[in-house]
Amino acid sequence: MIRFAWLQFRMQAALTAAALTIVAVVLALTGLELAHLYDTTVAICAAHHDCSAATTNFTAADGPLQVFSDFLLLAVPLLIGMFWGAPLVSREFEAGTFRLAWTQGVTRSRWLAVKLGLGAVASAAIAGLLSLMVSWWSSQLDQVNANPFDSLRFGVRGVVPIGYAAFAFALGLTAGLIFRRMLPAMLAALVGFVAVREAVTAWVRPYLFTPLHQSLPITTATPVSIDQTSPGIIKAFESTRGISLPDAWVYSAKIVDQAGHTPTTSFLSRACPLGNYGPLNPRDCTARLAAKFHQLVTYQPGSRYWPMQWCELAIFLSLSIVLGGFCFWWIRRPVT
Amino acid sequence: MIEFQLDTASGVATYLQLVQQVRQALQLGILEPGDQLPTAQQVVAKLAINPNTVLKAYRDLEREGLVRPRPGQGTFVVGTLPRIDPAVQGRFLASMTAWLRKAHAAGLGPDDIEAIYRTAVRNASAEGAA
Amino acid sequence: MTAVIETNDLGKQYGRKWALRDCTLSIPEGKVIGLVGPNGAGKTTLLSLAVGLLTPTRGSITVLAGRPGDGPAQLEKVGFVAQDTPAYAGLSVGKHLLMGAYLNANWDQQLAKRRIDQLGLDLRQKAGSLSGGQRAQLALTMAIAKQPELLLLDEPLASLDPLARREFLQGLMEIVASHGISVMLSSHLIADLERVCDYLVLLVASHIQLAGEITELLATHHRLSGSRRDPRSLPSSHEVIEESHTDKQSTFLVRTDQPILDPAWTVRPVTLDELVLAYMGQAHNPRPGRRSALGVVS
Repeated sequence: MIRFAWLQFRMQAALTAAALTIVAVVLALTGLELAHLYDTTVAICAAHHDCSAATTNFTAADGPLQVFSDFLLLAVPLLIGMFWGAPLVSREFEAGTFRLAWTQGVTRSRWLAVKLGLGAVASAAIAGLLSLMVSWWSSQLDQVNANPFDSLRFGVRGVVPIGYAAFAFALGLTAGLIFRRMLPAMLAALVGFVAVREAVTAWVRPYLFTPLHQSLPITTATPVSIDQTSPGIIKAFESTRGISLPDAWVYSAKIVDQAGHTPTTSFLSRACPLGNYGPLNPRDCTARLAAKFHQLVTYQPGSRYWPMQWCELAIFLSLSIVLGGFCFWWIRRPVT
Repeated sequence: MIEFQLDTASGVATYLQLVQQVRQALQLGILEPGDQLPTAQQVVAKLAINPNTVLKAYRDLEREGLVRPRPGQGTFVVGTLPRIDPAVQGRFLASMTAWLRKAHAAGLGPDDIEAIYRTAVRNASAEGAA
Repeated sequence: MTAVIETNDLGKQYGRKWALRDCTLSIPEGKVIGLVGPNGAGKTTLLSLAVGLLTPTRGSITVLAGRPGDGPAQLEKVGFVAQDTPAYAGLSVGKHLLMGAYLNANWDQQLAKRRIDQLGLDLRQKAGSLSGGQRAQLALTMAIAKQPELLLLDEPLASLDPLARREFLQGLMEIVASHGISVMLSSHLIADLERVCDYLVLLVASHIQLAGEITELLATHHRLSGSRRDPRSLPSSHEVIEESHTDKQSTFLVRTDQPILDPAWTVRPVTLDELVLAYMGQAHNPRPGRRSALGVVS
């Protein structure tokens, strides 16, 4: 059965290998150039006192390719689900060839097992290879941009694309098995994959590890804003950007005092009288706030990056296994 | 080697047609003792009939003592049938011609004669099978 | 004698509709079985149940003493050619043979190659560009080369021209003669199957109307004609299948094991075609008082 699956898969495998080779070559050549650029400008910029210029120049290099490589890693799992997973079984139903395949000397379960297994492994391998190549290519860029937990970037680096690809493939195959028509299966794979991916990003990833808290003093660099949110109520807000916790994922930042209370309206109206565009005297306002209050930052430290990657990979691989189990149960059901 | 023909419209059972063709071949001298009959496989590959039909025909012929199977080699002719004597043929031709004249005189047309002939042949072959 | 297909009150239901019902058969081995019936009668359902593509809603079916589709050994024993002879359009003829070799333990590659050569098919031609007849021959080759004990063919002649039909049956009978396998092929035309079948199963409206050895069926059915009579005046051993009357004459198609001794009858044998038509007519206009366990001759 494995040899037969390979027989059917040969052409696609060749095309994919060719495409991967092209990508590898392009990334290899440009990646070496990028590394060279980094070594000659940004790495030594401190000595030349032109860090901001060097950094800006570096991060803009190969812009289109940056976008393309991220897009590639974003799209490949979805494409695998829609164009490998979904047609694999549904096309057999549409063409009636399942009546040929299921009356040979192999059981349906074995037939499914080989297709599912080989396909999932191939999908994982492709995504893994691609992620490896792109992660290598953009390693210095990522260092400079220093935002590894960015919701977009997190999903196109490291090991999670492997999980996405395996899951998308399994989802496509399951949809093909249930709907028995290629187009509905592709649609279901598309919608299902995007939905699950978004759901995990928004509702699971932040809660995988309990975030840490840290108190930081309020300085002139702290991005505080004072606003009248409704008549008679004034509040102090802090933007999460610009907080100096390197490589961290900042969930939120609050301005609180020792006891954990936020500044009251009466305090703020005295300490930071508002004009049309914010506090009339920002420096005094900041100084008064700093005297009594501090920043309470909720965040994931940079050290949690890889644990979260492996965790999310495990989640998607488990989902793939569950889908696989479901497929085996489904194909054995009495009614065809 | 003899080659069988099949007349599906004749109303005669297939295996009987095969038997008749072997007997006719024997009578006309086309088949002689020692000749091999085509194997069931060869017959069905040409006529697209059930092999059991061929086997049944050969069994009937074996029972009549006309053929015998040799294991692993095929079915061979062992018996003979009296060749049709031309004089005998002539006598039957004469009696049939007389019969036809009488039938015409009685008012029977060609279709009536055909119907009578076919019924007689069917009845005779059914009797032969019983 | 062992039965090659044995069913017991077999039934298959889809939603509220029964595609097959009350099907009880015991078909002996070594036969070429014609499964005849109008479209939608349940022929494909019965064949699919026999090969394991469907499972019964009621009753049971045993094929070659095993449950259909139950494990590789059972799947190897049964060769199947589905309606419209599906094939992988993108795979060549040669690759289809490779598929057979990979997926079947008893695959006879020599036999397959010989047949393909005999048929004049090009090994490199993609199955999608074969004609209907060529695809049917490819499908038959694949089913035969796995050396099954039973071959099930669903309307294999339907889309073939007369020459292709003849060639298909020639090839099929050759295999039956050389390998001694049992074959069940379905068609809605009895004329196609008359030449090759020695056992008949007639399915009309999801029920078995008639089943038995063809010689037995033809020997026990007669057409009786004579002066006008009431069918109830016939002896009880004569089961009337079909009757027609004019003001002076009655004609009956009867089924009986007894010899017809009454000299008042003109007795004529029945052709298979007439027999099938009579039972099909019966199925649509059932006679009152008809036995239910009908038509099964062992």
